Amino acid sequence: MSETVKKATRDGFGDEIVELGKENSSILVVDVDIGKSCKTGAFRKALPEQYLNVGIAEQNAAGVAAGLATCGKIPFVVTYAAFGSMRMCEMIRQEICYPHLNVKIACSHGGVTPANDGASHQSIEDMGILRTIPNMTVIMPADYWAARKLVRAAAEFDGPVYLRFTRDAIPVIYGENDTFEIGKAKQLRDGKDVAIIANGDTVRLALEAAEALSAAGISARVLDMHTIKPLDVEAVCACIDDIGRIITVEDHNILNGLGSAVADVVAESGKAVLRRVGIQDQFGMSAPYDRLLAMNGITVENIVRIAEELAK
Amino acid sequence: MKETVSVAQLQNICIDLKKNIISMIHKAQSGHPGGSLSVAEFITACYFREMNIDPKDPKWADRDRFVLSKGHVCPAQYAALAMKGYFPMEVLDTLRKEGSILQGHPDMKKCPGIDISTGSLGQGLACGVGMAIAAKLDKKDYRVFAAVGDGECNEGEIWEACQTAYKYQLDNLVVFVDYNNLQLDGTCDEIMPPIDLGAKFRAFGFDVYEINGNDMAEMVAALDLAVTTKNGRPKCIFGHTVKGKGVSYMENQCGWHGVAPNDEEYSQAMAELEEQYVKC
Repeated sequence: MSETVKKATRDGFGDEIVELGKENSSILVVDVDIGKSCKTGAFRKALPEQYLNVGIAEQNAAGVAAGLATCGKIPFVVTYAAFGSMRMCEMIRQEICYPHLNVKIACSHGGVTPANDGASHQSIEDMGILRTIPNMTVIMPADYWAARKLVRAAAEFDGPVYLRFTRDAIPVIYGENDTFEIGKAKQLRDGKDVAIIANGDTVRLALEAAEALSAAGISARVLDMHTIKPLDVEAVCACIDDIGRIITVEDHNILNGLGSAVADVVAESGKAVLRRVGIQDQFGMSAPYDRLLAMNGITVENIVRIAEELAK
Repeated sequence: MKETVSVAQLQNICIDLKKNIISMIHKAQSGHPGGSLSVAEFITACYFREMNIDPKDPKWADRDRFVLSKGHVCPAQYAALAMKGYFPMEVLDTLRKEGSILQGHPDMKKCPGIDISTGSLGQGLACGVGMAIAAKLDKKDYRVFAAVGDGECNEGEIWEACQTAYKYQLDNLVVFVDYNNLQLDGTCDEIMPPIDLGAKFRAFGFDVYEINGNDMAEMVAALDLAVTTKNGRPKCIFGHTVKGKGVSYMENQCGWHGVAPNDEEYSQAMAELEEQYVKC
């Protein structure tokens, strides 16, 4: 694991979508005038025939994509997470998920990664909102390589997918040859005292916490739960049965996101204790990314503290 | 291919269609008769003259598409689909019933011949724009016919879709605006003044054909013009219509937006429609 290389996962999307578009002319990008910041520039340049920009009109973008999908296209609607989930929400429900159309919603600026943009652009509710819509798949990759692989997996998957990327650069934790499967958690480390289930930009925090815990004699299993819907229930149940002490970590409201998805399984099992680390049901502000995480206790130190408490 | 059918024949098909609308809503004791009747001439002209479709192959890739953006008036489209042979006529009796392919609002996964699920107003037109773009990208000749309501034009997404239709030069898109001037809660002028709705479409770059939308001869002429004018501009057939057209007690009555006729009203409606057949 290298701490020195950092890349935004939106760049992983931007690089992979060009490859996919070259391989399959049915793959289209539908931009809403924020293509530059969502990294579709290379696609626009390389594949102008497969590129649409419908202006600052997200609801229409969702509908246009649905119509394209009925004609055999595989459109990726590209915007920021706050808009791709909430501005488009009912269009995603009615015209994409209800008819189960092959549309991908690919969003940069997930969580508090658009830090200095402030609360309007930070997206802390999106994954929770979208996971309640039937037929939707909800994914947040943990680094650049995971983003590339999961974008490809989403393109190959027949049905609606919501993909969430970071604006800011985050450490690269995977290699080019790592493989990913939608709905299947990746176990990055095994342990017997506590399980840390994280996704997106917080996976690296979970790994750092596990490292620190190891030095203190506590062994932690770390899962990258890149897909929160469908949740890898089997992997969560294994944590319940093998360990019984679980911490979830996410750059999302603790309501309705990864923590809630895992809590559903834990509560029904009645056999494990769970602590959720995430945004504390409060709006953000313009501030450095690390500060925003810290304001919500999304830190290595807090994960370590909770793990030590659980492992007692 | 365009079917050779006279205006008089189409008028009579439209009366059959309207009888089926009334009959299925009466059976279901639920549905939207007013708007179904006002859009009937457009639907008849599309399905029985203009559209290149194959009821035996509903998903034929090169077919013309129909988008009922004002999805609540689906009884009119269901009647057309049954009459074209997409499914048996008896199925019309299952409208809104549990397990039916004829959902309260159109469901493309359940009902053959429905090209896009609709029901939430303002959204269908954008989907139609996507279909028309796909035709252009694939250099195919199929066209997209869409019906939107006047009240539905309150929705911002309609205008977002119009912008896109102009930008991508969708002269393969024909939008019918069913201007019956009645919404659910009152007249359009009362609920949200449309001002000059036709002029709005013109301002958004559409070629606009303003007609009496319940006059079959005018409908056919407008459609002919709309599909043959290949100038890169999307088409709008702006139809002045009467909500509930053809059933005297429903005409121009806001109260008949989403109410089913009782037995007596049903008999009267059917008798009145029976009188409207023309000699061919």
